[in-house]
Amino acid sequence: MTIRLTTAAAVAALLLGASGAFGNDKPTDPQIAHIAYTAGVIDIEAAKQAIATSKNRTVVEFAESMLRDHDSVNKQALDLVKKLNVTPEDNDTSKSLSQAAETKRQELAELKGAEFDRAYIEHEIAYHKQVNGALETLLIPSAQNAELKSLLETGLKLFQGHEQHAEHVAAELK
Amino acid sequence: MFTSRAAIAALSMGAAAVAAPSQAETIEVTIDRLVYSPAEIEAKVGDEIEWINRDALVHTATVKGGADVILAARKSARLLLQEPGSFDYICRYHPNMKGHITVRP
Repeated sequence: MTIRLTTAAAVAALLLGASGAFGNDKPTDPQIAHIAYTAGVIDIEAAKQAIATSKNRTVVEFAESMLRDHDSVNKQALDLVKKLNVTPEDNDTSKSLSQAAETKRQELAELKGAEFDRAYIEHEIAYHKQVNGALETLLIPSAQNAELKSLLETGLKLFQGHEQHAEHVAAELK
Repeated sequence: MFTSRAAIAALSMGAAAVAAPSQAETIEVTIDRLVYSPAEIEAKVGDEIEWINRDALVHTATVKGGADVILAARKSARLLLQEPGSFDYICRYHPNMKGHITVRP
């Protein structure tokens, strides 16, 4: 539990730190596109790990939903950046997110059975909370392009649903 | 007018349990940004619901212990209402999507 809380806090610090690093300069659309896409890829990878590891039907179905939805949103994001002729731009927030995800992946790789299921789902709740917070307070308000903003808003709505779904699964696991 | 209506009713009854197919309607429910719209619909047995999924996401219309309609991204799908009742339904993949169907006999 301490480890989990520490990780959640670390992710929060990274996200906050990264947004703080922008100072008054909000992230640009190419950076926002990169952050949003990276956040999606991270959850897809986590879902693949869960599908390969978990034996719990509810958990696997949840992970399949994450895979399906984030894949779909990321495809839309790619189509959009292509259409807008924007090149997603790597940045510190994306890097922090990827590093935190790799640490989490290794941590989860040590676990099996019910322990893995609980840790995965709890992390999904924390992760979606963080990403939704970043979307609400930083990414959506900073987005300049109307279509990008709209895609992020749809994403937020979807990911809020994921957060609720994860909470639902967590309650079921108890 | 009254007479002819009565005659049709009599014919329908004679056709044994065919629930007035000529009057069956299609009720459209649009899904946009994870919302069924309208969320509440009233129908009658023999009507069909057509869900039009505008999202680029796969959804379902699922009645607990009952119908389970898969709604592919940007596609539509239909369900024939075969029994009366009052049904809550959700999307299995996005359980915060909620709808309700009242089916009259």
